[in-house]
Amino acid sequence: MTQKTTPSLSTASVAGAFALAVASAMVAPSAAASSSTMEKCYGVSPAGENDCAAGPGTSCSGTSTQDYQGNAWTLVPAGTCQDIELPGDRQGSLEPLDRDLPRQS
Amino acid sequence: MPSQAEYEADFVQALRQPRIPPPAGVRHPGSQPPALRFGVYRNNVHVSLVEAVTRLYPVVQRLVGEAFFQAVARRFVGQVLPDSPVLIDYGETFPDFLDHFEPAARLPYLGDVARIEWAWHRAYHAQDQTPLPPQALARIPPAQVGHLRLGLHPSLQVLDSPWPALSIWHTNRHDAQVRRIDRDSGGEATLVCRPDMEVLVCAVPLGTAALVRTLSTGAKLEQATTQAVEQPGFNLQTSLVALLSSGGITAFRF
Repeated sequence: MTQKTTPSLSTASVAGAFALAVASAMVAPSAAASSSTMEKCYGVSPAGENDCAAGPGTSCSGTSTQDYQGNAWTLVPAGTCQDIELPGDRQGSLEPLDRDLPRQS
Repeated sequence: MPSQAEYEADFVQALRQPRIPPPAGVRHPGSQPPALRFGVYRNNVHVSLVEAVTRLYPVVQRLVGEAFFQAVARRFVGQVLPDSPVLIDYGETFPDFLDHFEPAARLPYLGDVARIEWAWHRAYHAQDQTPLPPQALARIPPAQVGHLRLGLHPSLQVLDSPWPALSIWHTNRHDAQVRRIDRDSGGEATLVCRPDMEVLVCAVPLGTAALVRTLSTGAKLEQATTQAVEQPGFNLQTSLVALLSSGGITAFRF
């Protein structure tokens, strides 16, 4: 009994909305492009607490098996990574390190 | 001798139920009976999983209080054990559990608030991918727009809720003094995306979830829009601005 009105949707209205959206996204400060306040810091995460993509020996986040594993990273506030001092004279690095890697069996 | 599968099933049963003895074959070299040591292990498993759920859902905890949260988390962990060895995969079904948790029935929005927290967590751990700059879409002839198929960011998630779930999440996540939210103020849709290093959470028109769901199947923009406009209040332009400026679109093709 209920009469359903199908919302009108013309090709032109989709194209119009799309054009306007692209235009306003172009002038808006893009969140994607804005320089981040965080940076990836390698070699500072305790085992199992890394963020994503730690490379050989691990698959992804939470899977590093060594403390301060050199190819595992954690997000830290930008500009602070290399100031992170860790036991055994280790330091954080913006590039992957080859120290403290899990042994390949 | 039980098979591996039988042994594992017994082991899981004993992990769930404190009254069930450890499976045959669990041995301990010292003088303590295996049941005692197995009890320590069971306890460690439960405590660490409860802690994992607690860290995942801080807003839910703030809404219901620590004691209630601990009780519901313990109940959840008792029923749902991880099916992946990766701890960050654990806890996805907690929002569904909350939906059906009788003592929380007076807070019907709790599950949807929890879904925002899970989406944040998934976005944080999702694969990196470079978003498409909006300029890349500026030259598409109007006649072709309806035929566009958009590639979506791996971290992009959109959640429709009949409750003001985003407002509730936002004030409980960010405000020292929680803002009053009228729970009957209407539904809200939430977009979650991590285009670069930080997880973005923003409001989008209801219907955006349907739009994104249809786009993610590889459907054309026109077809996805037809799905989305079923939802009153949908606005294609506003949805697309949010998708583009949150970095949720990574590619296009025809």
